[in-house]
Amino acid sequence: MATTAAESTFRERYLATLSGRENFIQGDEASAMGALFAGCNFFGGYPITPASEVAEVVARELPNVGGYYVQFEDELASISAVIGSVWGGARAMTATSGPGFSLMQEAIGYACMTETPCVIVNVQRSGPSTGQATMPAQGDVMQARWGTHGDHEIIALAPSTAQECFDLTIRCFNLAEQYRTPVIFLMDGEIGHVRERVVFPQPREIEIRERPRAREGEPVFGGQTVPPMLEFGNGGFVHVTGSTHLESGMRDVQTPEVHDRLVRRLVAKIADARDEIAMVDIDPDDGATVGVLAYGATARPARGAVLQARERGEHVAYCRPVTLWPCPVARIREACAGLRILIVPEMNLGQYAREIERFVECEVVPLSKIGGVPHASTEIVAAIDKALARC
Amino acid sequence: MLRDLNDPEYYSALRAASEQPDEPAGSPDYGMGDPLLGLEPCFDEPAAGPVQHRLLKYLRQEIMPTTFCVGCGGGTVLNAFATAIDEMKIDPREMVCVTGIGCSSWIPSPYFLVDTLHTTHGRAVAFATGVKIMQPKMKVIIIAGDGDIAGIGGNHLIHAARRNIDLTVFLVNNFIYGMTGGQVSPTTPFGTKTTTSPHRNVEHPFKIADLVAAAGGNYVARWTTRHAFQLMESMQTAIATEGFSFVEIMSQCPVSYGKMTGMKDAVSILHYLEESSIHIDDTEGMTEEELDDKMVVGCLARRERSELGTELRRLNAERRDVLQAKLAAAEGEESA
Repeated sequence: MATTAAESTFRERYLATLSGRENFIQGDEASAMGALFAGCNFFGGYPITPASEVAEVVARELPNVGGYYVQFEDELASISAVIGSVWGGARAMTATSGPGFSLMQEAIGYACMTETPCVIVNVQRSGPSTGQATMPAQGDVMQARWGTHGDHEIIALAPSTAQECFDLTIRCFNLAEQYRTPVIFLMDGEIGHVRERVVFPQPREIEIRERPRAREGEPVFGGQTVPPMLEFGNGGFVHVTGSTHLESGMRDVQTPEVHDRLVRRLVAKIADARDEIAMVDIDPDDGATVGVLAYGATARPARGAVLQARERGEHVAYCRPVTLWPCPVARIREACAGLRILIVPEMNLGQYAREIERFVECEVVPLSKIGGVPHASTEIVAAIDKALARC
Repeated sequence: MLRDLNDPEYYSALRAASEQPDEPAGSPDYGMGDPLLGLEPCFDEPAAGPVQHRLLKYLRQEIMPTTFCVGCGGGTVLNAFATAIDEMKIDPREMVCVTGIGCSSWIPSPYFLVDTLHTTHGRAVAFATGVKIMQPKMKVIIIAGDGDIAGIGGNHLIHAARRNIDLTVFLVNNFIYGMTGGQVSPTTPFGTKTTTSPHRNVEHPFKIADLVAAAGGNYVARWTTRHAFQLMESMQTAIATEGFSFVEIMSQCPVSYGKMTGMKDAVSILHYLEESSIHIDDTEGMTEEELDDKMVVGCLARRERSELGTELRRLNAERRDVLQAKLAAAEGEESA
């Protein structure tokens, strides 16, 4: 439903009162506020540690800006309602953690197939199953990539600070609209619960990407790499289906070429934009033979370890992919140029290290840690020293 | 006495009927000439070209014929639904049909010419909740089966009734998972043989409309495909009701349900539906046991509870008033 000019002015006036000052808030809260500033007006929630605070803040704030928060009976319903709301014209988000993220996988595939822009926040906790509910982990990196069945590409970003939880949530919304696809915001329990300084910019300073809307007769499910959308209520008689469909939206599950054309386009629209979507922090060091690559919460001790080693006069390169999927291959290769050993600390058993190993020329050394306690920088320094000794 | 498809006389009569030339010359080619489908268009004025069935305007004619088996209750539901919206003069542009997975989901999706959201198995009600909150002026209608809505999606159904979101759910209950070939469903009668209860069904079925009536909802009814006119009127009441409305439609699946139960033709199952149903007004004084194998038809619940979307918008208006007062006070302080 389109917001009227008066409504959006009121929304801006309200948000402006929140802008500019320093807030001491959690990553979860920052992500919720990011959604608010990104124009989110529908949120399907379900409580789960360590993501509940996202829903709590959204439930408090959405009614203040004319949006809707509904707490559903389970995560299956919350993601389903999110997708439904988008076809009703919303910019929508949900937030969950591992067990809920597992439940959402079928619907995430539906969102890929129907090209429904939406944001799914996954504040990762230790798994599998109920695991260590209150402990952080990075064990869903591969689930974010391959959780739903069938060939598909996905966009996933990983923040390392509470401020990034705010900034990148907005970016997630924009990427979702730009590529008409679900975007996974892959936080972790550590970043979700870290309480630190976050500043909200003025609402007018925030870039909000509007979704392209189809003109009359324009196909909504093909015809170009990212087709324009036509939501319900516009008299378009749109047919949205998770079954294989033609450019018009009509189901055709029998013709091999139709499926091939559809799925290859859905994959290509994201895979081909890999470099455009890529956000990677690279801090090279001349003459470095050892590098550290880390993301999310793990990037913080990793950064500390690299700086400690450099203080001692060692040369150590640093790389932090913010975009995890599609994997920013070119940028990571660039960061690994000249390296002999790349250390990849992760709070899982080497999920992203294995991905990187496929395309970098240097040796990849996973530094896995599970159990819910993040890496200490001293542990990473020790790994750096060990690697340096081998070079 | 019921005729079944094993009766050679009945069979030959059927065959003779089907061997009639399919379509008169010059008839429209939307494939609806099969007399057994019961959807043969009227040809009142052949001189002026083919006359369209009055309800065809609600259908996506380019994908006709429908995939329904001969004798499927889906045709009756489709007919009753199209008639209901035609009589109510609802603009199809102001209607969304949301469906899940299963034969009955195909009734509106893709055949109905409205915005259609064909979703994952069991989740139609949840998807529809999102649509309705964002599009409060649109009629949001779900047509789905017993496996879809009472089985895998049962939780969403009762919670939508509890929330009293303004959705209309038509649950087509054919007692079976038809699309997958006749497996036992949560509404299969006790003792019935199906492909996954090949000896007998040892579970008791849901009386799903009773469950919804207990959960909430402003209008809950049950009818059968044998009661086409009552069904159509009940559909109109449901669509007109503000808040959650639900009609359970007991329907026939002569193919998947019939193959194991012996009721292989629509007529036998329609007869069974007629025999088993009892109007709610006639149940006074009857015990639960006496009603156990009956289908109680008619209106089961009528309420006037407030609707979720209305409440959400009321809440937003309240918050806006509070914040506007605060903003005005703060701006006043600044200027002072």
